[in-house]
Amino acid sequence: MHLENRLYVCSSPHLRDNCTTTKLMLDVIIALLPAVVAGIWFFGYRAAVVILVTVVSAVAAEYLMRKGLKRENTISDLSAVVTGLLLALNLPPSIPIWIAVVGAVIAIVIVKQLFGGLGQNFMNPALGARAILVAAWAGSMTTWTQPFGETVTTTTASPMADAVATATPLAALKEGLYGAYSYGDLFWGNIAGCIGETSAFAILLGFVYLLVRGVISWHIPVIFTATTAAMTWILGPDGVFTGDPLYHVLSGGLLLGAVFMATDYVTSPVTKKGAAIYALGCGLLTALFRLYGGMPEGVSFAIILMNVAAPLIERYTVPASFGGERNVG
Amino acid sequence: MLFINNPFAGGVPVPHRKNTAEVETVAMDAPSKVIMPMVQHIGAPCQPTVKKGDVVKVGQVIGDSDAYVSAPIHSSVSGVVKRVEPMLFASGHLVMSVEIEADKKQEVFEDIKAPIVNNRDDFIEAIRKSGLVGLGGAGFPSHVKLSPPKDKKIEYLIINGAECEPYITSDYRECIEYAPDIIKGVKLVLDMLGIPRAVIGIEDNKPKAISILKEESKNDSRISVCSLRSRYPQGAEKTLIYAVTGRKVPPGKLPADVGCVVFNVNSISFMAKYVETGMPLIKKRVTVDGSVVREPKNVEVFIGTSLKDVFEYSGGLLSNPYKVLMGGPMMGIAQHSMETSVIKMTNAVLAFDRNEGDLPPESPCIRCGRCVSVCPMNLLPLDINRLVMAGRYNELDKFHVLDCIECGSCSYVCPAKRHLVQSIRLGKEAVRRNAKKA
Repeated sequence: MHLENRLYVCSSPHLRDNCTTTKLMLDVIIALLPAVVAGIWFFGYRAAVVILVTVVSAVAAEYLMRKGLKRENTISDLSAVVTGLLLALNLPPSIPIWIAVVGAVIAIVIVKQLFGGLGQNFMNPALGARAILVAAWAGSMTTWTQPFGETVTTTTASPMADAVATATPLAALKEGLYGAYSYGDLFWGNIAGCIGETSAFAILLGFVYLLVRGVISWHIPVIFTATTAAMTWILGPDGVFTGDPLYHVLSGGLLLGAVFMATDYVTSPVTKKGAAIYALGCGLLTALFRLYGGMPEGVSFAIILMNVAAPLIERYTVPASFGGERNVG
Repeated sequence: MLFINNPFAGGVPVPHRKNTAEVETVAMDAPSKVIMPMVQHIGAPCQPTVKKGDVVKVGQVIGDSDAYVSAPIHSSVSGVVKRVEPMLFASGHLVMSVEIEADKKQEVFEDIKAPIVNNRDDFIEAIRKSGLVGLGGAGFPSHVKLSPPKDKKIEYLIINGAECEPYITSDYRECIEYAPDIIKGVKLVLDMLGIPRAVIGIEDNKPKAISILKEESKNDSRISVCSLRSRYPQGAEKTLIYAVTGRKVPPGKLPADVGCVVFNVNSISFMAKYVETGMPLIKKRVTVDGSVVREPKNVEVFIGTSLKDVFEYSGGLLSNPYKVLMGGPMMGIAQHSMETSVIKMTNAVLAFDRNEGDLPPESPCIRCGRCVSVCPMNLLPLDINRLVMAGRYNELDKFHVLDCIECGSCSYVCPAKRHLVQSIRLGKEAVRRNAKKA
């Protein structure tokens, strides 16, 4: 038989839709743009520099790592761009640039590539890196900038009277200072905090885009946020049901985490039931960390812990097949 | 009557590409030779009942089996048996086949006459003799479906006209061209088996077929036509039964276990025709389409005709095809030769160019869960894929791998373009092998 007459034989199906990993990643990048713009709007060019440097470092780290491992290069799938962006949005605007670079390298090299690359990491790379940065450079990671203003150092340890305005909303809350920010400021983003977490409005725009494009379903963000809201309301400072859930929802990394980090495909369960349990866990832990933890913020660690629990959740939520019963194996 | 139409969970909106829907079926002449494989159904293969040199006529039995789950095979042409030996089959295997050189006279076998059908047993015996098997593609012998165990009460006769695969329009053309035969067949089965009602399920992208069959069946209150949501795999037996009755066929069970019997529109229509003429199943309508086919259309083909002859009859091919399929693009089998022949279950032959036939390269699973949300059987294709690729076959049971219907929805939506169905097939094989050993 002549070569040119040979037929290509493969297993069905012989038809694929045109969605690709790269397109999904591109959609996530587009969904993050409102938060990027808001971060730059409130924190100025310094935020833009941090974002740019982190993204470039993440992509470069991915490229060099794959080259070093003599593996197929994967930067074109845009997942490193997403990781870089997410990490940048989780950093304070005043972060020393070199720390941002180290963070990007940790995210890509240690959390992602050392565990096998895309799809294999057991925790969200950006959050894993953030956790390491918080542990290693606590000062730099908790130095906040007032929107449109100058950098003032505050830590949760000793809020000076004149530093109140530059504490993050949650740090203020932690010290029992209510009303430091209005709901309006919290919603639009006129608050101190990480680059990407300030504007609830910008994050919600991204959320709507992801829903419309079918990139994520509503389950994880809504259950996560609702659980934290409910818990912070119930466990209020002056007894049951005296909390301020709206303040909690709009401040800190909750929305950014619920919409963009907890929904990370790789590290969240694939079934609806598994995702619901996972989101519930994220919400509970976030509330507990925020209310009773040593630090004002708890979203990143809550998500990381639930990332680690995801395989266990999946193991116990294998669904029954159509018309059948579960095989408990 | 109430249309239930439960939307099944999952599925994918595949492109329809029903290019040949409004082209009238044309009947192809007998080819110069036919190759009749002895496997044209699910169940026991037939044994050839002719030998080299025998003269055969149209409708004469050339292969049969004593097994209950089997169906006889009849010559589609008159001529001389040239070879009786294993030959290349559509699956890529060698299968015992009978090659007949046609004399082009198409002389009909003397014994062919309309069967006498007075009761259920006559009817079932006649259908067995007709060689009818499920024409939708599965090829389950029809007489077996018509004989459910005594303790299973059949409440629904379901007629499958969903035709959810892209390109294929052979069921649709049957509805348009032979609606009276379809309804006649439905009544025949209702009467003979004493089934109280029939539902004809058709996807809502075929409004003409729905209205024609509604009109044709309006005088019989037992029969209703159900417009189904156009979503692949609506025509899979389990999803169809669920759509029209709300009942789920449990894994490893048959439709009769939930009080249903399902026939394709072509099968039911054939029953009516057979009872009138006694001519066994020797022809099949196939949709000939694909990017390199010059004149896409539905062709009524004598069973055993080679794909090459069918394409030639359709104006030939515009260029060397990159891929040739028997069946639709979602579940069809890629052929490695155009010498294989049309069999009873063939409903389409498609020829694709490289652009249409090539598959994108695989990349790592990102666990997006799309395969999970589209699986109509509620499986976790990504996990099965992971375990199969790692050779961890003994863990597959927990993931219900044997319940996969291989519809291809998971592979279709996978953004990483992973060969999910292919790995599931491997996994099923491994599980069955292990079960045999144990």
